[in-house]
Amino acid sequence: MSGVHLSGSIRRRLTLQLVGSAAILAALLFVIVQTFTRDLAEETHDRILLASATSIMDAVSVRSGEVTVDLPYAALSMLSNVSDDRVFYRVVLGQETLTGYADLPLPEPLPGDDDPLFQTLDFKGESVRMATAVRRLSRNGVPTHLAISVAQTRTGQVERLNALSRTALLLGAGFFVVAVLLAVWAAQSSIRPLRDLAGMVARRGPKDLRPVTRPVPSEMAPLVSSLNSFIERLRLSLSRSEDFIAEAAHRVRTPLATVRSQAENTLHRVERPENRTALREMIRAIDESSRAAGQLLDHAMVSFRVDSLERSPVDLTELVAELVDRLRPVADLKDIDLVLEQTTPHPILGDPILVQNAVRNLLDNAIKYAPDESLVQIGLNTESGMHTVTICDQAGGFPTDQLDHLTERFVRGRNAEGTVGSGLGLTIAREVAEAHGGRLEIRNTEDGAGACVTLVFPSA
Amino acid sequence: MRHAGLSLCLILWAWAAAAFEIEGREQFGPTEGRVLRVLSTTDIDILQPLIDSFLRARPGVAIDYTVASSAQVMQAIADEGARFDMTLSSAMDLQVKLANDGFTRAHRSAWTPMVPDWANWRDHVFAFSQETAAIVISRSAFSGVTPPRTRQELIDLLRRDPDRFRDRVGTYDVAVSGLGYLFATQDARTAESFWRLMEVLGSLRVKLYCCSGEMIEAVANGQIDVAYNVLGSYARARRDLADRILVIEPEEYTNMMMRTAVILKGATEPELAGAFTDHLIAAAWSVPPAPEYPFQDPPQSVRALGATLRPIQLGPGLLVFLDTLKRDRFLTEWGDAVKQD
Repeated sequence: MSGVHLSGSIRRRLTLQLVGSAAILAALLFVIVQTFTRDLAEETHDRILLASATSIMDAVSVRSGEVTVDLPYAALSMLSNVSDDRVFYRVVLGQETLTGYADLPLPEPLPGDDDPLFQTLDFKGESVRMATAVRRLSRNGVPTHLAISVAQTRTGQVERLNALSRTALLLGAGFFVVAVLLAVWAAQSSIRPLRDLAGMVARRGPKDLRPVTRPVPSEMAPLVSSLNSFIERLRLSLSRSEDFIAEAAHRVRTPLATVRSQAENTLHRVERPENRTALREMIRAIDESSRAAGQLLDHAMVSFRVDSLERSPVDLTELVAELVDRLRPVADLKDIDLVLEQTTPHPILGDPILVQNAVRNLLDNAIKYAPDESLVQIGLNTESGMHTVTICDQAGGFPTDQLDHLTERFVRGRNAEGTVGSGLGLTIAREVAEAHGGRLEIRNTEDGAGACVTLVFPSA
Repeated sequence: MRHAGLSLCLILWAWAAAAFEIEGREQFGPTEGRVLRVLSTTDIDILQPLIDSFLRARPGVAIDYTVASSAQVMQAIADEGARFDMTLSSAMDLQVKLANDGFTRAHRSAWTPMVPDWANWRDHVFAFSQETAAIVISRSAFSGVTPPRTRQELIDLLRRDPDRFRDRVGTYDVAVSGLGYLFATQDARTAESFWRLMEVLGSLRVKLYCCSGEMIEAVANGQIDVAYNVLGSYARARRDLADRILVIEPEEYTNMMMRTAVILKGATEPELAGAFTDHLIAAAWSVPPAPEYPFQDPPQSVRALGATLRPIQLGPGLLVFLDTLKRDRFLTEWGDAVKQD
């Protein structure tokens, strides 16, 4: 991420926000469930206590002016359905305790007739829930009231509430865990299009300047559209400069050829040695310029064809053999022996013109830089699904510290000075190899006498 | 109320002077060392095998075993604050009352889960036996007569021949015996026939007894011919009388009392009390029960009982008949039925 200034991460921020919301919701769920169950448990308990008090109230009778209570069996036994808790009750008429636990505290003031009162209080060293029902009545013409309280300890209820709390806690925790997993997944999937786009752009070859056409989410449309227009501007600018160079090279080459033939004619006519030397220098310079112009044209042609690569079956062996035959006369001028070591077919899928251009540039280089009466070996090999063409010369090799930069444009080996060349040959070969999904390898031979350049293509 | 915080029913026993009455007392084990003080309604000789096996495993531990009636047990603990570590009682209602009113402490151990839920109240009251309320009749008096199988058959039999059975029937004096009161109130709750039977018994000038043992003796030695609501376990335990008495469990329903243990809040040896409770639990609820276990095998589940066996439920329902007004009313009605002079 060189040169990119980071301001946080969308995925992390999204994950944190979602996890934070999930935590808040889980806590809320826990509190709500707990409050709800607590209310429900208390309400259930209250209802049963009131039912008990009411059943005792129903068992109150007046016999010859005396108020008496026949405690129903169910009044207390129904409370054991709730829990195994201690049970207390008290029946009070006016100020007099008729029956029950006389020390059970009565509420002050007493509630109204149809308004039973529920209290939580301490009795006999334990927290109890108590329901009190009151009925006004007249005794011997004097108004009085009958109060019935039924109380039960809350151990069972507290235990049940604790169990429910644990369940609520587990529920909240489970909800949180699921929500976190979903949050991570949601964050991942929402930035996936961004990541896909970045990956797609990053995977593009250096020459690939096609616009992005795959569908993207609407939020990313402005970005992609800006990116596409940027790419288009870049492509136009590049092709314009390539066109310019090709045009310039073409325009220069034709006059150069005229100048060269004029210079050669003049060379035949002049006699004085210093004039002849000057003319030879001139011709050499013209050759160099013309070759550079040729290579620039080659390079422009290669760039064009690479942009819209058309593949057809090519036999490397046949292509290399033909080139070797064609260049043999040039090599013979320097008494260089071209040795082709392989004859079995090596089929690849590719643009034959480009491949031929690449191989020819490499052979040109080898012949050009090799000393007279030396050997240039051309080998074809197959290695793990790749076909290779290796050209080895005896030209003294490349400076080792330059090996990595030799394929950049216009870079020439330091030891190449004094030879006609532009530094585009290796660049062309590398671009062709890469356009075909292959690569260019450069290394010096082990004895240091020369260098080997290998073109690698995927086999058909 | 003489004493704040005490149960309302105590007023009934308040007449019984300052000290509770005991029926027997015996010390088992060494004279020095730790002593577990047990107040019990169960006769010494019945529980002695279990006491012996408990002490054998614990050298240096003694048991001070006091026998009293269930009412006296209640009075001793709730009213007088007598110093005991635990009580064993057949009066389930009074044991529940002790636990409900805060005189007991909870006990949880590796053994307590063996006790079925219906035989354990709040980890305070632990049942260690289930015993039937039976009818005991004299074999000689009923020779040649089909023994009654239900209360109704007993009522018919007694009504057919009042002269023969006058002064020859017996039952608990429910005003005195806590267990008798428990059986009577459960009968009254379960069936109308109970009051008819009481009236028939009353018309035959029924004799009232404090304890099952005395009723069994009375039937065996010919003082009476029929005893109603006798502990079946006690009657069966008297193998020496087997040829003279017949134990009948009424077929329409038979109440089952659970003998229970509670550990008292004021216990000075709560650990020993817990260990002895565990010993009783293990003896009763192991399958099969310990060889020295003196009672009939308790059922492992209520469903295992026949439809006619009705275990009395441990729980606050038992407190209802201990209510002063309720008890007064019941005793009055019962007295009216039984004492028809």
